[in-house]
Amino acid sequence: MDELIRILSYFVGIAAFLGLNLAYLGWVERKGAGHIQRRIGPKDVGPYGLLQPLADGLKLMSKQLVVPDNADRLLYMSAPVLAMVATVILFVTIPWGENLVPREFDYGLIMIFAVASAAGLSILLGGWASGNKYSLIAGTRAVSQSVAFEIPMLITAITIVMITGTMNLNEIIRSQSGMFWNWNVFALDKSILMPISFLVFFVCSMAEINRAPFDLGEAESELVAGYITEYGGMGFGLFMMAEYGNMMIGASLTTILFLGGWQCPFGLFPGPHWFLLKMYFLIWTIVWIRWTYPRTTLWGLLNLSWKYLIPFSLVNLLVTALFIKVF
Amino acid sequence: MTLLAQSQLQETFELNIGPQHPATHGVLRVKVIMDGEYIVKAEPVLGYIHRMHEKMGENRTWNQFWPNLGRLDYLSAIAYNHGYAGLLERAMGIEVPERAEYIRVITVELNRLQSHLLWFGAFILDLGGFTPLMYAFDEREQILDLLESVTGSRLTYCYFRFGGVYNDVDDDFITGTRAFIKRLRPQIPMYHDLVTKNVILMERLVDIGHISADMCRKYGATGPVLRGSGVNFDIRKNEPYSVYPELDFDVPVYHECDSMARYMVRMDEMEQSMRIIEQALDKMPDGPVKAEKAPKILKPPKGDYHFAVEAARGTFSMRTVSDATNTSYRMRLRSPTYSNLSLFEEASRGMLLSDALAFMGSLDLVIPEMDR
Repeated sequence: MDELIRILSYFVGIAAFLGLNLAYLGWVERKGAGHIQRRIGPKDVGPYGLLQPLADGLKLMSKQLVVPDNADRLLYMSAPVLAMVATVILFVTIPWGENLVPREFDYGLIMIFAVASAAGLSILLGGWASGNKYSLIAGTRAVSQSVAFEIPMLITAITIVMITGTMNLNEIIRSQSGMFWNWNVFALDKSILMPISFLVFFVCSMAEINRAPFDLGEAESELVAGYITEYGGMGFGLFMMAEYGNMMIGASLTTILFLGGWQCPFGLFPGPHWFLLKMYFLIWTIVWIRWTYPRTTLWGLLNLSWKYLIPFSLVNLLVTALFIKVF
Repeated sequence: MTLLAQSQLQETFELNIGPQHPATHGVLRVKVIMDGEYIVKAEPVLGYIHRMHEKMGENRTWNQFWPNLGRLDYLSAIAYNHGYAGLLERAMGIEVPERAEYIRVITVELNRLQSHLLWFGAFILDLGGFTPLMYAFDEREQILDLLESVTGSRLTYCYFRFGGVYNDVDDDFITGTRAFIKRLRPQIPMYHDLVTKNVILMERLVDIGHISADMCRKYGATGPVLRGSGVNFDIRKNEPYSVYPELDFDVPVYHECDSMARYMVRMDEMEQSMRIIEQALDKMPDGPVKAEKAPKILKPPKGDYHFAVEAARGTFSMRTVSDATNTSYRMRLRSPTYSNLSLFEEASRGMLLSDALAFMGSLDLVIPEMDR
């Protein structure tokens, strides 16, 4: 019975939390972009345009789903669903607070990496099933990008696992308790390269979720809209929401691994509010970067991964191993 | 194509970029044969917005052709006005009052500034950066307001007349222009900080889209494209017209021949345009703005006439053959981006798709002008 209540409250809670966030992160992005670009952003629907996500959602839902003639109907319809499902599943592992974990896995970190790869798959599927050359190019780009950036990301995660000795996300956070210099990002006694390692992980997570400046999968000026070119209505809406969901996962994971999750920087009153504060700060940084930088090319992106990030994360792995062995 | 082995050929595919595509800024269609992400051959296809402007010039009277000039290059329409005015003034030997010439130079340079600002925003948009577009539009709006106050329109200008301009400028325009220059000048270093020194932008532009000076000569490329290839050629200096010889300005030339060089030429030209406007405002004399002896009905003497101006995208020249009637016997317009685009096929071979589109952006294309 307890288990049933737990499952039910998880479903209701996560549906409400996700629904609100996925809708309003779009608003934050548009409003933020507006202010960055010397304009106002959405303002007409509701005060400060706060009802804009609602209006957009209604519009998207009322639109007909048009399946292109030479599309693979089944895959075309299932790709956005797959993208959304992968994202929602991931939220089951996130420890929002010490006792606020939907499900505490001993291998939560592995679970995240395993399911997150499905998001890349859904992009390839959507691109391929659309039967459009632009979408196809975008799909192949997204996959080579995912592969290239998962490697440094995993190696950096392994470094953290070596330091903390666990793959349980909540345990990783617990090991960073106390003042903020106990966070992994400042753990210079574990490895001198840790702050740079944090940046590597953050950049990789941005590339993983196809955000600008790494949004090659939907490079507007080259591939029209990339893998979502042929999607309209809620098909587009689901991809869009999955993108924001992935943004939240990426920011959460960075928070958990490097910024001490729900720990307070000064050791006082730890709790979900600190988690959310750090997560939203990272999300805002991602939005901020998107509206500042131009897009890289696929070549530049792969070079960045294979020539800089992967060697660096390997060196960091080695340095961490040495530190653990010596001290 | 013949260079490719048969097996390789089967792996290529054809991609239609345009006529409706965010990167082509209009109804340009580029038929691309791609090998993965590499371009094997890119063939621009024109004709989607052909309106027969030259033919219109042959069956309208000289005065009736004025509005067409604003509808060719919608971003530097006043320079086109200047070309037409200069052509007929040369044919008829009309003397233009000095004040009118200064007003012409000021408005043309303002027009060039807004064209370059729009190009700047749109070019960075091609590279995936959204914000500079809004910044550039913010400044551009001021120019459009200024020009609207004297010419009456914001985009398709029809401001010049044979022997002068339609309307004198007032004090509001002069003080407004001075204030605007003051406002724009510190913005340019800001653009350089925000955009030019960006690592990603350098990666996208430096050593990409190489056009040698020989290739420019082969295809007749002019304007910033030619000056980015290290050739110092500007009609304002090489075949001076109007009051340009009396004004002190430089022609920015870069020798790198890549997209970055073309970018830098245009950014530097903005500064030079501001210098020209400031000097012209200082030197502008009082007096009439229209030649009093300019005839109402024009019948240029028999002959073959030609006049070239430096528009925002390069050399715009007009040639007409007159048979001493009130219409032109033959009219020919030479617009810069038609030639600038024609080198795209040769220069884009073997490029990556994203580089090729960045390269296309650096050519600064305006489709209704190349496809008249």
